[in-house]
Amino acid sequence: MTLLTRRNALKLGLAGGIAMAAAAKASAQLNITVEGANFRPLPIAIPDFASSDPTFGREIAEIVRNNLRRSGLFQPLDPASLPLQVGDVNATPDFNTWRTANVDALVMGAVERGGQISSSVRVWDTRQGAQVVGSSYNTDPNSSRRVGHIISDAIYSNLTGGGGYFDTRVIYVAESGPKANRVRRLAIMDQDGANSQYLTDGSSMALTPRFSPNGDMVTYMNFANGNPQVFLLQLSTGRQQQLASVGAMTFAPRFSPDGGTVAFSVEQGGATNIYSVGTGGGQPMQLTSGAAIDTGPSYSPDGSRILFESDRGGSPQIYMMGASGGNAQRISFGQGSYSTPVWSPNGDLIAFTRQSGGQFNIGVMNPDGSGERMLYSSFHAEGPTWAPNGRVIMFFQDPGGNDGPRLMSIDIWGRNLLTIPTDGYASDPAWSGLRA
Amino acid sequence: MAISAPLNTALRAFAMLLFVVAIAACSRTPNAMPTGVGNLGPGGGAPGSQQEFLVSVGDRVFFETDSSNLTPTAMSTLDKQAAWLNQYSNYRIMIEGHADERGTREYNIALGARRASIVVNYLTSKGVNGQRITSQSFGKERPVAICNDISCWSQNRRAVTVVQ
Repeated sequence: MTLLTRRNALKLGLAGGIAMAAAAKASAQLNITVEGANFRPLPIAIPDFASSDPTFGREIAEIVRNNLRRSGLFQPLDPASLPLQVGDVNATPDFNTWRTANVDALVMGAVERGGQISSSVRVWDTRQGAQVVGSSYNTDPNSSRRVGHIISDAIYSNLTGGGGYFDTRVIYVAESGPKANRVRRLAIMDQDGANSQYLTDGSSMALTPRFSPNGDMVTYMNFANGNPQVFLLQLSTGRQQQLASVGAMTFAPRFSPDGGTVAFSVEQGGATNIYSVGTGGGQPMQLTSGAAIDTGPSYSPDGSRILFESDRGGSPQIYMMGASGGNAQRISFGQGSYSTPVWSPNGDLIAFTRQSGGQFNIGVMNPDGSGERMLYSSFHAEGPTWAPNGRVIMFFQDPGGNDGPRLMSIDIWGRNLLTIPTDGYASDPAWSGLRA
Repeated sequence: MAISAPLNTALRAFAMLLFVVAIAACSRTPNAMPTGVGNLGPGGGAPGSQQEFLVSVGDRVFFETDSSNLTPTAMSTLDKQAAWLNQYSNYRIMIEGHADERGTREYNIALGARRASIVVNYLTSKGVNGQRITSQSFGKERPVAICNDISCWSQNRRAVTVVQ
């Protein structure tokens, strides 16, 4: 099969294929396009990276292989089976050798550790004999894994036409102890589960962390003062403070796309309404009113609208309103209840939790409520969060009983279900944007 | 007359432990725990003690799925609570609102608050001074019954009156 054939066979995007119009560009470049029934991951050869420290070169190559494999869109070939075990980034490959080995896409990389970590990489289309990617990167020496993620993003982005998402982090709730008295504290890790560390000590329960767009601020709910309240935590300094003093309880926070505002829920006397407030302080603005439970606000990527869930009509359903409140329109109409709506960073889809028929589902729909599709169903699953490229959703699922929750991810085509490795139970994932 | 405070605390802790263990065993017996503590046996505690409230009055009420309406049983329990609290007015009261695991985290935080609020309103309507009452929601984060069973989940949809 030639690359051209594969490109034609594998259309990336939903049935309409709109997202992947770019994939049809008439160039000699290698592209993956993906469509449901015809999809096959692209085989790709990634020899170890050349390095004066071969172990390091292998480590970085393995990060890249692992990322691309976990994306579900690539199939990295067994390094031992390749014509060359260590890449050479400076020479043009002998394309015939690689074609004979049935390799269409070839990654050649080099990496050195000095004052900085410097790495260069080329991606070759062996059928066309053309370079698809040629780049070099420097990162600070304390974040060697990042160079692997940055390279992975360059490959992914160039070959699939979407943004990358590997150089990202996930903040989540690490859970330990018996279910009736679980300790829940904030933790942060790379998107692949590496470099996990705790952010809070567990002395008070912490839930529902969410990143600011620049990735340095986190908003979450903290039970330190009795009733839970929304806090702002700056990762670089560790400083934190309560977001606002309004009502009896504040929870369910989420940043606006410009990071300047947080929308959140305020409970008073059993009624829960949505407010917003500037992260620098000021008077909170009330966006919804009434005796119902209005929670789970999520801004549109342009900041003009807010999705939220409300049980004003009986069971929880998804509504949309302007970012200053008013005129809420219901957009979910299926059986059961709908919760935790989250707008894709691309603006094209809304992810949500749906409870129906005794099961929990993670699904997506268009922002007008049409085109609903379920991606995952189980005894319990909730809390979707988007990768910055709008193609992958992470959530948590709990088998119930004495067991505990785990983080999972799935792509918007409903493929490639993965468990994200964590030391213990984990819930409430929130995906960062691409790191600066 | 009254049990000394440390002993009282210890007894209460023991009673709660028993309760948790009993529930953890996941009894399917109907009405095993009408008020959560009804089968602890004799020994209701001294009049006016927290132990008496726990054992003889009943410290919790239960809710239907996704509901914060008080059932007739719940109202009967709260009537007894109100009478006891009005008799022993030296206690402060914390109402904990809880939800079962069959809902999402944020919604259940709100639902727990709504349940606590309903109980606060009911108790104050029965003459308990609102100044004595605080409330807190725990959402679904603090279950007492652990298992995949409707009868268990029903034990977790509760509002607990903690006398302090």
